Amino acid sequence: MSDQPLPAVPYIKIPEAGEPYLEGHKCGSCGATFLGERSVCSKCGARDQMSTVTLPNSGKLYSYSIVHRSFPGIDVPYISAIVDLDDGTAIKGNLINVEPDPEKIEFDMPVDVVFDDALGRKDRDGNSYISYFFQPKAG
Amino acid sequence: MTDAYIVGVDMIKFGRFPEKTVPQIGAQSALLALDDCGLSIQDMQALYCGNLGQASGMVGQRILQEIGQTGIPVVNVANACATGATAFREAWASVKAGLYDCVLAVGVEQMGKGLLGGAGGATGIPKEGLLGSGTMPAVFAEAGMEHARKHGTTFEQFAKVSVKNHHHSTLNPKAMYQIETPLDQVMNAEMISYPNTKLMCSVNVDGSAAAVICSEKKAAELGLMARAVKVRASVLASDPWQERDLVMPDVNSCTRRAAAEAYEMAGLGADDIDLVELHDCFATAEVLHYENLGLCGDGEAGRMIDDGEVALGGSIPVNVSGGLLSKGHPLGATGIANIYEVSTHLRGEAGGRQVEGARIGMTHVIGLGSACGIHILEKA
Repeated sequence: MSDQPLPAVPYIKIPEAGEPYLEGHKCGSCGATFLGERSVCSKCGARDQMSTVTLPNSGKLYSYSIVHRSFPGIDVPYISAIVDLDDGTAIKGNLINVEPDPEKIEFDMPVDVVFDDALGRKDRDGNSYISYFFQPKAG
Repeated sequence: MTDAYIVGVDMIKFGRFPEKTVPQIGAQSALLALDDCGLSIQDMQALYCGNLGQASGMVGQRILQEIGQTGIPVVNVANACATGATAFREAWASVKAGLYDCVLAVGVEQMGKGLLGGAGGATGIPKEGLLGSGTMPAVFAEAGMEHARKHGTTFEQFAKVSVKNHHHSTLNPKAMYQIETPLDQVMNAEMISYPNTKLMCSVNVDGSAAAVICSEKKAAELGLMARAVKVRASVLASDPWQERDLVMPDVNSCTRRAAAEAYEMAGLGADDIDLVELHDCFATAEVLHYENLGLCGDGEAGRMIDDGEVALGGSIPVNVSGGLLSKGHPLGATGIANIYEVSTHLRGEAGGRQVEGARIGMTHVIGLGSACGIHILEKA
């Protein structure tokens, strides 16, 4: 078992010192940004042009659904959200600290990316995980 | 290249058949399609079989073990919800290419109940409900809400799709359900993933559908042209790169690409189409495809459903079979079942739900991941 919590997905980076962040892979040829490591760009087909970038910690809500029925054992309701980060990278996750009510959710509402324990979920070895969430931008 | 014609086509009434095997369910529609044109399995030169649940299980060969092992080549196809359309298209292509002049396509599926969609990877921790939702109702809700943000589409407009398709299914004896669902019932049904309520989600059912495809020469020789249906266009597209691909499976751009190609192949435009069977896996999805298929301009889908233009009796009836929402959605069978529906109207044999004077129709399916299959059919 790891002493430290592990990233819930490989594109969450947890430095030894400092705050967790999201990592993207950007194509040097066409500029498309991807979540997760790759060597070929699926937009333009360029090979070996990828470099890592630190993704911004803020963005805007693009689309969402309020999930009332999920698989057994998953707490509902929750807001499944598509967010466009400030650099244009699209990312999906839970929108938290907003009532799960369409009246309370606005398209393009500014959100921050925050990192926290992955809802108490542990793997079979007992490891804890860090995940990311979206919440309305403060102020 | 020769033209290819559907000479026999049929489907079983969709339902739940846990006591049957997948090949048994497929065999039923294969026999019905053969009977529809008075041919036998001995007349078939190849079988193209679509099935998802047992994709590695040689379902096509096992169908022949049910209805006649003639030794013909069998191709088993899996392409998500475009599986049936892909099998049909492979059969069509083999006739167009002159490889065969009489072939059989079968789509079949046996479904469980419950939510479809990925629960995340095999390692680490489950991602569902942590990184949003991968369930199909949520994924298509998000696609619908993208339309809402662009065009102001409302929950009520999405719900009206379900009212319409459930109404249509009351006229289709082969639909899983024949039940009217008024607007308040649809909107007040259990919320699955806003804005999709339970009555706005397609029905998981078992089913199969099959078609016999002949070359023009063969169809004429067999004396089968009177009820034949000409395949004017057969198109398959995958999803071209889109900026939100990784987090939002794209059903729009691959449909638009396939539609443009299909209209070009047929030498027709959207105005020429008399009826459409499109992929209403969720009520939110149907609305997107009015625009994707060019049935209306961008931003006009809400008005189309409000004005009843897409209802039976409207200017361009959509999903008069009841659609996936009420007829049911046996994944591998759906693409051929919608070809059956359109063919039945073109033949003037659709009974109470007949689209009067239908001459040209379109079928559309989307397999998430993504694959889009479109066919344009015309009465011979």
